Amino acid sequence: MYRPKVRILSNLSMEVVNNGRGTPCQAEQENKCPLYDKVSLPELVKNVIVYPRLLNNPLCLAGLSWGQLLHHLIGKMQFGSRRKKIDTSPQTELYGHALQFYVQPPLENISLSEFETFAVDRVKLLKTIENLGVSYVKLSEDYKKKLWNESRNLNFPYKLEASVKDEKKSQIGQDEYEKRRKDHISHFILRLAYCQTEDLRRWFIQQEVDLFRYRFDGMLSDQKREFLHRNNLQYNTITVEEKKSLREQLVISSYAVSGVTVESQDFYKVPFQDALDLVRTRKVYLKAGYVYIPHQDIVTIVLNDFRTRLSKALALTARSLPAVHSDERLQPLLNHLSHAYVGQDYSIQKNVGKISLEQIDSLSGKSFPLCMKQLHQSLRENHHLRHGGRMQYGLFLKGIGLSLEQALQFWRSEFTRGKVDADKFDKAYAYSIRHMFGKEGKRTDYTPYSCMKVILSNPPSQGDHHGCPFRHSDPELLKQKLQFYKVSPSGISQILELVKGMHYQLACQKYFELTHNFEDSNFSLNHPNQYFIESQRVLGGGKDIKREMEAPQRSQENSAARGSTAAREAAANASQDLAEMTEDLDSFFQDA
Amino acid sequence: MPSSDYDPASLPDLLPLYYRRLFPFSQYYRWLNYGGVQKNYFQNREFSFTLKDDIYVRYQSFTTQNELEKEMQKMNPYKIDIGAIYSHRPNQHNTVKSGTFQALEKELVFDIDMTDYDDVRSCCSAADICSKCWTLMTIAIHILDRALREDFGFQHLLWVYSGRRGVHCWVCDEAARKLSVAARSAIAEYLSLVKGGEETVKKVVLTDPIHPSIRESLSVVERYFSQYALHEQEILGRKESVDKVLALVPEDVRKDLQQSFQNEKKPETRWKLVKDQATRKQATAKKGQHFEKEIMLQYCYPRLDVNVSKGVNHLLKSPFSVHPKTGRISVPMDLKELDTFDPFAVPTISMICEELDRPRTEEESEDTKEKENEKDAAEKRKIRDYKRTSLAKYVKYFDQFLDGMARTWKGELLRKSDLQKEF
Ligand code: SF4
Ligand SMILES: [Zn+2]
Repeated sequence: MYRPKVRILSNLSMEVVNNGRGTPCQAEQENKCPLYDKVSLPELVKNVIVYPRLLNNPLCLAGLSWGQLLHHLIGKMQFGSRRKKIDTSPQTELYGHALQFYVQPPLENISLSEFETFAVDRVKLLKTIENLGVSYVKLSEDYKKKLWNESRNLNFPYKLEASVKDEKKSQIGQDEYEKRRKDHISHFILRLAYCQTEDLRRWFIQQEVDLFRYRFDGMLSDQKREFLHRNNLQYNTITVEEKKSLREQLVISSYAVSGVTVESQDFYKVPFQDALDLVRTRKVYLKAGYVYIPHQDIVTIVLNDFRTRLSKALALTARSLPAVHSDERLQPLLNHLSHAYVGQDYSIQKNVGKISLEQIDSLSGKSFPLCMKQLHQSLRENHHLRHGGRMQYGLFLKGIGLSLEQALQFWRSEFTRGKVDADKFDKAYAYSIRHMFGKEGKRTDYTPYSCMKVILSNPPSQGDHHGCPFRHSDPELLKQKLQFYKVSPSGISQILELVKGMHYQLACQKYFELTHNFEDSNFSLNHPNQYFIESQRVLGGGKDIKREMEAPQRSQENSAARGSTAAREAAANASQDLAEMTEDLDSFFQDA
Repeated sequence: MPSSDYDPASLPDLLPLYYRRLFPFSQYYRWLNYGGVQKNYFQNREFSFTLKDDIYVRYQSFTTQNELEKEMQKMNPYKIDIGAIYSHRPNQHNTVKSGTFQALEKELVFDIDMTDYDDVRSCCSAADICSKCWTLMTIAIHILDRALREDFGFQHLLWVYSGRRGVHCWVCDEAARKLSVAARSAIAEYLSLVKGGEETVKKVVLTDPIHPSIRESLSVVERYFSQYALHEQEILGRKESVDKVLALVPEDVRKDLQQSFQNEKKPETRWKLVKDQATRKQATAKKGQHFEKEIMLQYCYPRLDVNVSKGVNHLLKSPFSVHPKTGRISVPMDLKELDTFDPFAVPTISMICEELDRPRTEEESEDTKEKENEKDAAEKRKIRDYKRTSLAKYVKYFDQFLDGMARTWKGELLRKSDLQKEF
């Protein structure tokens, strides 16, 4: 049997000791991996066996390379010399509370199949959290109910009020114990999968924090106290005198406090950096760099702690992985996994060059979601879009199939109709467009924006046209717009009702159904590019793209080719380091 | 001294003179070196130059004041931007392993640009400013300066006129320089109130009760509102502007006001009618009717470019850089004289270069004699030079600002040496 060995070096990198004869591996012949379900951690680490052909089979390797192996690296890294002590502390102690701070990584041996289900289930849970966060007010009744159901279906802890007094395994019940164990282990597996890039880390932290918040919120107040105590979380309270002198400000700063309750509540005084969520939304009294948080809002500080620790842990994890990361055989696998986990990103361009610039106007009328229609129109009107709009719209266009050359031509011709001359365009804007196409810098950062991203990040400000009209337009303006697009009055009121309930994507989907005469769309909208694809499908299987394309395409190609020579030259002139700094440059040039 | 005296075409001739004889290098270095408290702080700082014909050169860095001086005198940048302090020398950034070159620290910065107020000023638009709309900057500075000091506890705030249509703020406290991206964006959002783009009409929505910090801001706006908004911008004058204001009040109130405005033309009285309506609403309706305050804030509250403040690696135009279009020097502003600050009185490069050629007065030569022994000749000449121009008062203010900061460096250095003794 072909068994190349991989040795773990002391600096946590790996070395392939014996690779290379190219004999097909056993597993491939038998169509299954013999290690599946069998490997124990110590064995794995001592003697990692990599089946080269199986590298093309992510399912099997998901557990092997990315799961267990890395998992062990983490465990080792964080605990090193203290390992012994932890080994002796009973796992039941670890699961005494339904809510965990995930301080210790799991150290037991876990079968690969369990690894896989755990990982996949947690991804499902986190995806649910992400979706709920857009459609519902966080911690509203609906939100909580849905999350409760999902936790139960996926076998994660859901009875948050479960007693904490009985800490022994036998008393919390085998069932509950298993749930907590799954929660614990799956969290650590995903740390490995999601530590690789800034985007993945951000996504993971966000969902984990929301999950934590939901669980914390569900506990009774003495359970919360118990939890804080158990995890050694202590915060400074202010004195009675200080409270008296600040009484009025405290009352008018947070909704949770009234003149009556201020007396009986503890207030915590912490540096403002520890409660950024409250600072950002101005929901707390802030003085000389300190925030004054009423006891009921203590979750903010706890969450902050949770977030900070998690993000540090992820950074640490990421740093311990370079060996795996630079292994070119593992790279496709890792990419595959992270893509699968954050959902379709619409950056894979099957249809590059299938659209001509002449088609954009008509396509925008028929198949663009409102957000892109809005950007297209204001670009045509003002011959300019500010940075946020250029990113949102530019990436969308890339996603529907514009090539780099077409994109350069498209933006150049529109911008030069306005105040920007060709020279300035090439200096100040062409970089950022090439960057969007991954010609500069890292490709991963530049996938078309999902609805979530459009709705939640970088809200439009003065002079901006980007964002999601369902989220960022005044209802009155939205109404006018819908009327303009000939949506029936009853349709309009349905849409506005959804908007009112903050179901922006559902509102958009309703708009889709109404404008496509399509009763029950059987997809769930989460991406502007998905909107486009679905629309094209409904309007005739994307046929009209091809049909309309034939004649103009040829002339298009010619001019595109001409444009591209210039672009290529410019790109060639740009020195190596330019690639790295383009992202900065892009923000630097924002509407200079 | 109108700025029309300045001709952009003369810039290539004036810049060498400016960098050779006028640019306050020693103060500039003193600032960015921050007392040498942290190692390589100045050396790892990114500078970026804009040269002739819009050529941008990023990732410049310098080991000493002298090197900075020489380089600037050689390159004569049209514009200087300051970036972050990096983990390595920025000019060697492509020799370090990719991914390890990282922006670590930077001042917390704010950028307020008049173009962001285009929907609420009628006097000018885009890059133009006049003394009327400049009030918006005055209000913005008052509001932000107070909040940054009192709410966040920062002390070393350097306000700088951008040279054209806005102002920048550099918060230089050590704590501010070390802030994370998340903290920067939280601060910027705490300070932002006017939300929404072209698709939003009502851009300020207050919570109830109104947060203490916003109350403070409101009291600043109240000081200026009547003179500025009612009289200078005449927001309750012409029909279109009246309509714009009325779009911000609840529908039933709007009708009433439209009615009563027909026989009432005086802006003050009209505004009083709006306020009366608001008071009436507050008494009857449920909580949260603050539309008169929301109007005031929508018209006057500072509008920040949040993205500039967020990023640690974002570049911002440096103080004492020249604005290539107007020729004005980006000068530090003394807030004690904020209400009389006149952007049109800020010296242009052509003006101060001319002043250099003026024959010296008696007094000036006296002044320099005293210091004859202390400094070497070149340095002496430079001091003499800028002191003879209208740049002097801004450099002097900059010196005061630096003195304030130096007091904290001293403390920090003392603490460090104490620590060392303990070991
Ligand atoms: S819901 Fe998504 S696709 Fe629809 S308008 Fe908003 S961002 Fe665009
Ligand atoms: Zn003006």
